[in-house]
Amino acid sequence: MDRGSPGGSVLLVLTVLGGLLFAVAAAATHDPLFRFQAYIFVAAAVLGGFALTAAISSGQLRDEPDKYMDGVVRAGVIATMFWAAVGMLVGVFIATQLSWPNLFYFPEAGWLNFGRLRPLHTSGVIFAFGGNALICTSFYVVQRTCRARLFGGVMPWFVFWGYQLFIVLAATGYLAGITQSREYAEPEWYVDLWLTIVWVAYLLVFLGTLWKRREPHIYVANWFYLAFIVTVAMLHIVNNLAVPVGLLNHHSYSLFAGVQDALTQWWYGHNAVGFFLTAGFLGMMYYFVPKRVERPVYSYRLSIVHFWSLIFIYIWAGPHHLHYTALPQWAQTLGMTFSIMLWMPSWGGMINGLMTLSGAWDKLRTDPVVRMMVVAIAFYGMSTFEGPVMAIRAVNALSHYTDWTIGHVHSGALGWVGFISFGAIYCLVPWLWKKEALFSNRLVEWHFWISTTGILLYICAMWVSGIMEGLMWREYTPQGFLAWSFIETVSAKHVENVIRMVGGLMYLSGVLVMIYNLWRTVRLPSAEPSVALSAPLPAAA
Amino acid sequence: MTYETVARIAQQGGLIYFGLIFLVGIAYALWPKNREAFDRAARLPLEEDDL
Repeated sequence: MDRGSPGGSVLLVLTVLGGLLFAVAAAATHDPLFRFQAYIFVAAAVLGGFALTAAISSGQLRDEPDKYMDGVVRAGVIATMFWAAVGMLVGVFIATQLSWPNLFYFPEAGWLNFGRLRPLHTSGVIFAFGGNALICTSFYVVQRTCRARLFGGVMPWFVFWGYQLFIVLAATGYLAGITQSREYAEPEWYVDLWLTIVWVAYLLVFLGTLWKRREPHIYVANWFYLAFIVTVAMLHIVNNLAVPVGLLNHHSYSLFAGVQDALTQWWYGHNAVGFFLTAGFLGMMYYFVPKRVERPVYSYRLSIVHFWSLIFIYIWAGPHHLHYTALPQWAQTLGMTFSIMLWMPSWGGMINGLMTLSGAWDKLRTDPVVRMMVVAIAFYGMSTFEGPVMAIRAVNALSHYTDWTIGHVHSGALGWVGFISFGAIYCLVPWLWKKEALFSNRLVEWHFWISTTGILLYICAMWVSGIMEGLMWREYTPQGFLAWSFIETVSAKHVENVIRMVGGLMYLSGVLVMIYNLWRTVRLPSAEPSVALSAPLPAAA
Repeated sequence: MTYETVARIAQQGGLIYFGLIFLVGIAYALWPKNREAFDRAARLPLEEDDL
């Protein structure tokens, strides 16, 4: 192994072998969809091989043990913002399709069908935008709080590019019509295997960095990030246990059947919410909020109780997605009860995040980035209050399958996940590119107000349409017939659908303002010819 | 093992197991000896950035 780029040559050999393997697979398969996906693997191997060769020979991958590895974090920030724009643009497009189904229906172009674009939107926002935000912030935070460079030589770069390949395979697969029809786990078996490899590498990078830390205590943000990585690995593997139709075929069948299949699916699905969309982003909150407001965590003890109660309770909440189904009643009740219990850790965490501002509340007025993070925490509190209410069986009887659920998901995703990530990235860009400050605080203000208004339009419209359609579905005539046909309940939502589309468009516009602002920030002259960069190692504090 | 046995183990055993884990977590968080370490940890993000 060459010392210049640890692991670089091994990775290069594996890349070439992988490319050859998929070239053979593409030639041998009779399944056109599988061939299409194999071509993407081959293209990735060719591009990756050339890039890796160039990086090794130019010495870009050399190990610098006395410096933090920030290149991969910078790449992660760019990828996060790119996928945010893509995922949300697709969201606005499918909202337009729902608003004007006659105008935006393209029967001759199957890949523009709502059914194919919807998983592109959900995965694009959750996994491409959210996942990249989590990976890059976790790489940043674990280095700073452990006072150690990322472990694993070129492995962090493999995690980054491997994850982008996962996204491209999943996204193109959805458009081509490849899906295993599991909510938030639509990619087929070969993409699942690829993600498993990438995710194990991610876990090794994170654990290795923790292992060589020079700070005795493992900071609480790292606990949340680690819980996110470990649990997602477990959920992903169990939920995707499947038998492929053939090794050269894209399709597979789940190992589970019937109600076991449904429960596995929602055990996965709800914990994707709990560990991907909550625990990971709480790690973000516990680092970036104290850092930005320059105040210590309000109560570190509360953060410990927050962590352990959150991870032990969340894992049981999944059955609330299966009320009034073949799932045994006691299991439904268990899911409902644990969902209600989640109020405690959720609100404990919210209080801990908000109270970290004590002594610095003025920043709420002066620093729009702080305001964004505080509103994110407020949305975290709001949506984790709403979720358990909807998990109560009697409430679920009204809310399930309606737009109320969609609104709930978006108050969590746009309000909490989106805003806490934007806050973290507004912090990160000047730090990573060594700038004095952001290009424009006024543009952050614009972003904040446009996007907040967008979220409010979105979730209010979905409350109205969700409760309306729920009530219409259960309305009987005096003769005992259902009062409304299904299509009547759909067309009744037209106005709310349009408002939703406008809200989404506003949120997307805010993101575009942010991208412009960040781009101008990166192009600002550097703060100082960074003396700090070459400073000698400080003694372990 | 019947369905009832499995269900009982899951329900009652789970209750005891999680109750205990929760108490252990609380004890760790509130243990007086840990106070100093936790107070220092609360300030960890604020410390100097450069390696």
